[in-house]
Amino acid sequence: MIKRITMPLTEEIIKDLKVGDSVLLTGIIYTARDAAHKRLVTLISEGKDLPFDIKGQVIYYVGPTPAKEGQPIGSAGPTTSYRMDPYTPILLQKGLKGMIGKGTRNQEVMEAIKQCSAVYFAAIGGAAAMTAKCVKSSEVIAYEDLGAEAIRKLYVEDFPAVVVIDKKGNNYYEIGQQNYLKTRDQFYL
Amino acid sequence: MRDIHVSKVTETVKKLCIDANYYLTDDIRERLEEARAQEKFPIANNILDILIKNADIASNEERPMCQDTGMAVVFLEIGQEVHIVGGSLEEAVNEGVRQGYIEGYLRKSVVADPIERINTNDNTPAIIYYTITSGDSFKITVAPKGFGSENMSQIKMLKPADGVEGIKEFVLQVVKDAGPNPCPPIVVGIGIGGTFDKAALLAKKALLRSTNERNHHPFYAELENQLLTEINALGIGPQGFGGRTTALAVNIETYATHIAGLPVAVNINCHATRHGEASL
Repeated sequence: MIKRITMPLTEEIIKDLKVGDSVLLTGIIYTARDAAHKRLVTLISEGKDLPFDIKGQVIYYVGPTPAKEGQPIGSAGPTTSYRMDPYTPILLQKGLKGMIGKGTRNQEVMEAIKQCSAVYFAAIGGAAAMTAKCVKSSEVIAYEDLGAEAIRKLYVEDFPAVVVIDKKGNNYYEIGQQNYLKTRDQFYL
Repeated sequence: MRDIHVSKVTETVKKLCIDANYYLTDDIRERLEEARAQEKFPIANNILDILIKNADIASNEERPMCQDTGMAVVFLEIGQEVHIVGGSLEEAVNEGVRQGYIEGYLRKSVVADPIERINTNDNTPAIIYYTITSGDSFKITVAPKGFGSENMSQIKMLKPADGVEGIKEFVLQVVKDAGPNPCPPIVVGIGIGGTFDKAALLAKKALLRSTNERNHHPFYAELENQLLTEINALGIGPQGFGGRTTALAVNIETYATHIAGLPVAVNINCHATRHGEASL
């Protein structure tokens, strides 16, 4: 079953998300990857305001290709998430509720997701041309000098993702692979 | 001697950069379709469908398949009877990359210094490898390499006593360590032998070979098949959500090595394994 979700993420929504759920996300999300994360966390450590209010928001780990004329964005699939692990717990403590990326997270991030009642989604890595079609508008709101790594405010409609780490700290990469290994005999006799 | 003007090099590199990012190669499409036909695990099947659909959208709309349009790795095979005229060959290659990445709306992903990390804004410099061959041919291969998969690559200096079992164990460990991070299904390039640096280059070159071809040496062709079977028994599956299809192909290249060594490099690539070649 596919769950349709409208941002921002509330406690109510997060409570109902379980690993393996396929979701379609609609609403505002913010892009940030390596360089932008470093700047955000530096601002926090200096006690300064962030360029957007992070409370209840979702960050998408993406550095899109340049948009052609008439397109809101170029190709825009997820980048690998673990590189953001050093910065993620502090952002979660500041109220970030969701991340969209791909791949594994470390133990500190898993713990912070549980403690802060957040959720980690995976988008489909490599399906960037298709994913871009869900992005209806895109606006650079900070760090334009970073080019592809600038922070963008996106409006997305029916953006496909899978819940990979839920608020209980379950990890779908482990569970999904175990499910396959336990059941594969029925698929390949 | 045959004269080749650098402008031909620039033009060709530019086109290859764009085409490799927009169009999936025929052999990879065949591998994806075969995998989809064999993959019975529902979520895995669904993801293979999405990747095929994504390739269709990219080619129909002439946009990059992936947002990570890579660092341009360029291989030049230059006949010793060729004379390059009109300017610097290296600059001609970089100019082709510059034009391809700007005019093709490809992402500029290169920083000038690994610590300072300021973007060069035109995706140069390229990584360029030159090989001198006999005759007067001139072949250019461009392989834009994304770093989701590049970061999951590893090299190990095995002992001769580790033998083929040691190689298999290492390759499987690299694929397990990579897990969902390099966007499986992956293509695995393996370099065995040579020196530390040569093994890594062999692994990269292995990724240029069509997945329709096996290693010419029957022993290594069999090793490629065995490794593919064992990798696909791990259960990682497309995107790491579980399934049969963890790798689409394993390509091995080898070279002579030292009596004391058995270098093994594993270069992981995503499903697209983008590359294109042209002869001038």
